[in-house]
Amino acid sequence: MSPQAKKDTSEQAEFRRYCRNWLSQHDAGSPTVRLPQSAIEIMHGEQLDYLRKWQGEAYAAGLIGCDYPVAEGGGGRKNCQLVANQEMARAGKPFLPNILGLGMAAPTLHFHAQSALKERLLPGLFSCEDIWCQGFSEPGAGSDLANVQTFAERRGDKWVINGHKVWTSLAHFADWMILLLRTDKSSKYDGLSYFVVPIKAALGEGVTVRPLIKITGETGFNEVFFDNLEISDDYRLDEVGKGWQVAQTTLLHERGAGPMVTPSSGRGSGSGKTRAVGDAYGLIDLAKHSSRDGQSAADDPLLRDEIMKMIIRQEGSKQGARRAKVEGLCEHPMRIPLQAKLVMSEIRQDSAAVAIDILGAHSSLSIGDDNAPAGGEWPLAYMNSYGITIAAGASEIQRNILGERVLGMAKSK
Amino acid sequence: MTQANNFAFGEDEKMLRDTARKFLQDNLPTDKLHQLVASDPDPYRESLCLWDQDLWRQIVELGWTTVIVPEADGGMGMSLVALCALMEETGRVALPSPFMATANASLVLRECQTSSASHLLGAIAAGRTATLANTPQNGSWRSGDCDVELVDGVLRGAAYFAQDARKVETLIVQANTAEGSALYAVPVGSAGLDIVADAIIDLTRDQAHIHFNNVPVGAAQLLCTEASRVLERAEPAILTLLAADMCGAGEWQLQTTVEYMKVREQFGHPLGYFQALKHPLVNLMIMIDQAKSLVYNAASAIDSEPENAAKFARMAKASASEMAAFASSRSIQFHGGIGFTWECFVHLYSKRQKHNQVMYGDAKYQRRKLADLLMGPIAA
Repeated sequence: MSPQAKKDTSEQAEFRRYCRNWLSQHDAGSPTVRLPQSAIEIMHGEQLDYLRKWQGEAYAAGLIGCDYPVAEGGGGRKNCQLVANQEMARAGKPFLPNILGLGMAAPTLHFHAQSALKERLLPGLFSCEDIWCQGFSEPGAGSDLANVQTFAERRGDKWVINGHKVWTSLAHFADWMILLLRTDKSSKYDGLSYFVVPIKAALGEGVTVRPLIKITGETGFNEVFFDNLEISDDYRLDEVGKGWQVAQTTLLHERGAGPMVTPSSGRGSGSGKTRAVGDAYGLIDLAKHSSRDGQSAADDPLLRDEIMKMIIRQEGSKQGARRAKVEGLCEHPMRIPLQAKLVMSEIRQDSAAVAIDILGAHSSLSIGDDNAPAGGEWPLAYMNSYGITIAAGASEIQRNILGERVLGMAKSK
Repeated sequence: MTQANNFAFGEDEKMLRDTARKFLQDNLPTDKLHQLVASDPDPYRESLCLWDQDLWRQIVELGWTTVIVPEADGGMGMSLVALCALMEETGRVALPSPFMATANASLVLRECQTSSASHLLGAIAAGRTATLANTPQNGSWRSGDCDVELVDGVLRGAAYFAQDARKVETLIVQANTAEGSALYAVPVGSAGLDIVADAIIDLTRDQAHIHFNNVPVGAAQLLCTEASRVLERAEPAILTLLAADMCGAGEWQLQTTVEYMKVREQFGHPLGYFQALKHPLVNLMIMIDQAKSLVYNAASAIDSEPENAAKFARMAKASASEMAAFASSRSIQFHGGIGFTWECFVHLYSKRQKHNQVMYGDAKYQRRKLADLLMGPIAA
């Protein structure tokens, strides 16, 4: 028995057996194209098609949306998404492409949408028939998110939207968008409202998507322009003027601190069980296969120290997630949950930096070079890591939030 | 074997810890601690050993020293996780006491598996105090290294860095013998024993080196004949307890400094408004949380996953030592001029943390040992 299995409830234990059995019999198959490191770097339709098929099969088997009510397209189970996630990762399955839907749109719909709307939209989100994106940031509203200026003007039971969103991952494939916008210019926070918008249906008719290119050369995120897009009031979540409160549900889940567990299937390539790039323990293998000053990099005391620092931080973070659930072992209920995204993103970034030290001259080789060790994935991971330390509230904003909400220090401006 | 999800920190452990927290905060507020240990700032003063023996008697009555003593030997037979929770609380108030020294002695004794060791554990459960006397002059933490030898039934040589040696009644002495290395119980006051106080920086502890001038030991004092193995087996728990003390002290340093950030104003704002001060304190909070999570993971592993105990304990001590250094540095710096004075309480904790950091190996030492475990030793 695995260590997790021993602590399962009877529902979890039965579900785990089911997951294992299904996963052992259902292979995602080998991808026909090279996959990116995560869903937010999906460039081509062919990459998406492969991943979308996998998510659809996993959903049909009941491994996605396990804890959502049956009426919303979920499995109606209790604390079982975690089990499915563990088993999918253990089986080395590829990642799920619809992560902005699964991680952010789904919990927000669940907590804030009318029954009819969520029952209509969630099944297609879970199955990956509908790709979702997130319309939050704007050129003038980055870290200061509440400053969004995209405006919706009410006309009867319709709204007319004008504005400009940016850093919108997956918008080039998306059917739907969660959209934070302004319905009142006289009040910063209380002037915000929250909608879901069928953007693909409106392409060329009020919606324009323009790809942005990342420092890696990959696409994956976009600018989205709204030009007199008319949508029904049925697509509003919660009341007019409550957009900031709804957005908190989205942000809490985006930072890994929300009550709904995000479906996730690990970061495998579909076939192997090798450690994913970004895992600090993977640095040991990398060092053993690298050379420094004519000897094994694994024998360099300074590199060994750096590798141990990363492993200790990663283990500390893992054990923190465990401790956060133990009553009486935390000084403040949100203290560890609100650290999750900050700590994880910085560990990824610093681990990739150590990998570059280990690789030495070979770290100059990009993923386009056949001689690049480990396919050039570590230097790519280093570049991509800035996406995570900047997105969803930059690390500096996370430190403000922790300093103010958890430690109670004065609000910084 | 696997660990319980909640580190086996259940209702009993929580009640024990909560009672301890309240008891210590009621009985040893920081101003009282300062009066107790910081009465004489003269750096050339005679080495002092200041502690509240009345408070200690109450702690013994509360049963803290019996927590990990097996029930068969008259103790409570609770988990190391429970003891860690207590150690975190004693660190939080920087308690001067033989609590950790006696706990470390108990950890070694419970590995001995002999009737003499059981007997001494029983005495500890009844209130006796003890400390380890096994470190050589060069400060090596390797379990086989010691400067005392047994010749013709007497101990000769010296042991160094013995913790809280002037607060305890019994020394657990390691000695090289013709067959290897043994542990002996030597009561303080034995003939030929010379306990020489070290002048140390930490005001909340005492430390000594001990000369053995032909100290006779009898068969009844022999605790075990495999000292190296026993000390090695107890080491993960000793590291974990030290790390727990550091986590409690670190939390005090964080909260005390954060409070100052709320009340002290400059440029028309409370200091916490400024990100140059706010962000490092958030970093400290993250370091404390990492260290504390690793401490409970290590303690839980020692109790129920022994194959991973050494690895996780090194992680905990490394993480806590790094955190403690940062906590001490920032708590002094962010208090400004007052933080550099004797009257401000932060130096008491900085000094205790400094002591904790180096005892049984600092962060770099732990990471070197961890690398040997995870990567294998460096090729010759």
